[in-house]
Amino acid sequence: MKSEFLLQIKDLKASIDNKSIIKGLSLEVKPGEIHAIMGPNGSGKSTLANVLTGRDLVTVTDGSVTFEGRNLLDMSPEERAREGIFLSFQYPIEIPGVSMVNFMKTAINEQRKHRGLEPLSASEFLSQMREKKELVEIDSALTNRSVNEGFSGGEKKKNEIFQMAMLEPRLALLDETDSGLDIDALRIVANGVNKIRSADTSVIVITHYQRLLDYIIPDFVHVMFDGRIVKSAGPELALELEKRGYDWIRKEADIAEESWITDRKL
Amino acid sequence: MENDQDKVLNEVTSGEYKYGFVTDIETEVIPKGLTEDVVRLISAKKQEPEWMLEFRLKAFRHWLTMKMPAWANLKIPEINYQDIIFYAAPRQRPAPGSLSEVDPQLIKTFDKLGIPLEEQKRLTGVAVDAVMDSISVKTTFRETLAELGIIFCSFSEAVREHPSLVQKYLASVVPYTDNFFATLNSAVFSDGSFCYIPKDVRCPMELSTYFRINTSNTGQFERTLLIADEESYVSYLEGCTAPMRDENQLHAAVVEIVAERGAEVKYSTVQNWYPGDRDGKGGILNFVTKRGMCKGDDSKISWTQVETGSAITWKYPSCILRGNNSTGEFYSVAVTNNYQQADTGTKMIHIGKNTKSTIVSKGISAGFGQNSYRGLVKVLGKAEGARNFSQCDSLLLGDKCGAHTFPYIEVDNPSAIVEHEATTSRIGEDQIFYCNQRGISTEDAIGLIVNGYAREVINKLPMEFAVEAQKLLQISLEGSVG
Repeated sequence: MKSEFLLQIKDLKASIDNKSIIKGLSLEVKPGEIHAIMGPNGSGKSTLANVLTGRDLVTVTDGSVTFEGRNLLDMSPEERAREGIFLSFQYPIEIPGVSMVNFMKTAINEQRKHRGLEPLSASEFLSQMREKKELVEIDSALTNRSVNEGFSGGEKKKNEIFQMAMLEPRLALLDETDSGLDIDALRIVANGVNKIRSADTSVIVITHYQRLLDYIIPDFVHVMFDGRIVKSAGPELALELEKRGYDWIRKEADIAEESWITDRKL
Repeated sequence: MENDQDKVLNEVTSGEYKYGFVTDIETEVIPKGLTEDVVRLISAKKQEPEWMLEFRLKAFRHWLTMKMPAWANLKIPEINYQDIIFYAAPRQRPAPGSLSEVDPQLIKTFDKLGIPLEEQKRLTGVAVDAVMDSISVKTTFRETLAELGIIFCSFSEAVREHPSLVQKYLASVVPYTDNFFATLNSAVFSDGSFCYIPKDVRCPMELSTYFRINTSNTGQFERTLLIADEESYVSYLEGCTAPMRDENQLHAAVVEIVAERGAEVKYSTVQNWYPGDRDGKGGILNFVTKRGMCKGDDSKISWTQVETGSAITWKYPSCILRGNNSTGEFYSVAVTNNYQQADTGTKMIHIGKNTKSTIVSKGISAGFGQNSYRGLVKVLGKAEGARNFSQCDSLLLGDKCGAHTFPYIEVDNPSAIVEHEATTSRIGEDQIFYCNQRGISTEDAIGLIVNGYAREVINKLPMEFAVEAQKLLQISLEGSVG
């Protein structure tokens, strides 16, 4: 049964080391939509990204997640990736000795195999590399190096966006992609995202600040507190948060201050 | 927290050794044990001349006075030399000249190992000497090589056909007194390859020896002698496999290389002897002496080894840099998984002026494997302007394995420049997850990372074998990340 939603999260609860982090979260994303998830540190934003990508340090205790109508939680991390879920890591990992070319070629061909396609030929692959490098304005020198090795913070983030452009995901999760970026890098990253967004590609932007949302205009903004989405609205909500901070929402949602700063027990 | 990755990985520790089959072939074996009579018997079986027998007997008598070395960082099970068969040969007509004379079972065996003995089927540009248990089964492309004056044949044949060359060079690099295992080999060696490249000849194809142990309770003691005359060039490769058996089997080989003035020898090994099972039962005990002499000025010897097999590896391919401006190289990847142990490295002995040596050693430890690098860089007093660069890296997978380095540097000439770099790293769970998130399975991620790590060494292998070595690395490490 084909769902109208690309991603459907229902009453999700998840914990890390028996500590409850996500405490009943629901979210629906249709193809082509851009959602922003905002919220203070410790509200569970990155944990949500970990649940969706299948990181095993998070345990899902309740609720369901479906991706194109299929149970996402049953799939291995690599299967989710091959189905089209891409995470732009908050802290991209260095893999010394593995060239970007080799890494990307392996990733793309795994994905193609999953979809029943032949591997790309060397020339097809290289021309795709060239095209996407231009698209996200990444320096050629970076793709000739080992994965993220010795990259600056900004270069690592650009490299994430480059990989996203290469893999053409159905759902891209950007986890604090704006953190540590200067204004030029921010613009390049945002342009990259805007260029790959399409009627088919949905994006979830996880961010603490609104500044990335100046460049990537979301369809919906959700505010997360203490493991739940407490408010959802259009892009204007981001601006309001920027002006007024998070306090008013906390009050509005009637959440005790301690509960989202310190108390993570149920 | 239970780590799923660990669980899954442990389940798929199906890095099954795919060469573990046994060939059912009629084999001639001599009784177990080692005595002077056995040495004489081996020599007689091979119809050797008197001088060869004398050499063996000298070695045997010397061996009786020696003790097994105990300095390596290895736990070696007791070896009962009276419980080993020192000679086993697939029964066939002596010295097969054409393929039709080779037992079809043998042809099938080597086919199964990916070493077809039919010349037209061979990878273009590789000549093979195939050795099973104690004897050479077939050497391919001999006629093509003979046109250039290149001699490539089994060791036994060389003793018969080219006695003056053998007498001149045998034990000139590894004397029969050298060490316990080399001395044992000198007494009982059965076969191996012999190769002579004449002056000014560039060998047009890769030469290769493929060693196969088949019979149980049998030791394999092959001897390889490789001579590169002035201004010649040769690239040589050896590969090895053995059936899976519960008991340990001894392998004690000697390889000697002589490079005359301006000659270059590239010697590559992909060692894949049976490593024992997951609990450390069985496997080959691999005690090998490999040494090259850069005898003439401007000569070069380069060792490349990918060591993934054997329960125990004890091996130090070395270069004696006697000629001025001569060069020695050692590139090594050694993998120990499960309960494998390796103590391996090199010796670079700088004697001549302006001699250069490079050492790149990459150890990979997984499971309960113990991996030691042991290397000596020695610069003698007259080695004006000697240079060495050593790089010694260790990669750990999991937290129950070990990596050790024992570098020795002895310098007696103040103009020498000796550099040593070392690193230790491990494959992190976060690296694996990063790959997973890009659609790459954990096994493939380990393969990518390990091959990336070993790339510098793998790149030194001839092309076809580099691909093999990459696959082998990945298979050897399946199920080993934690």
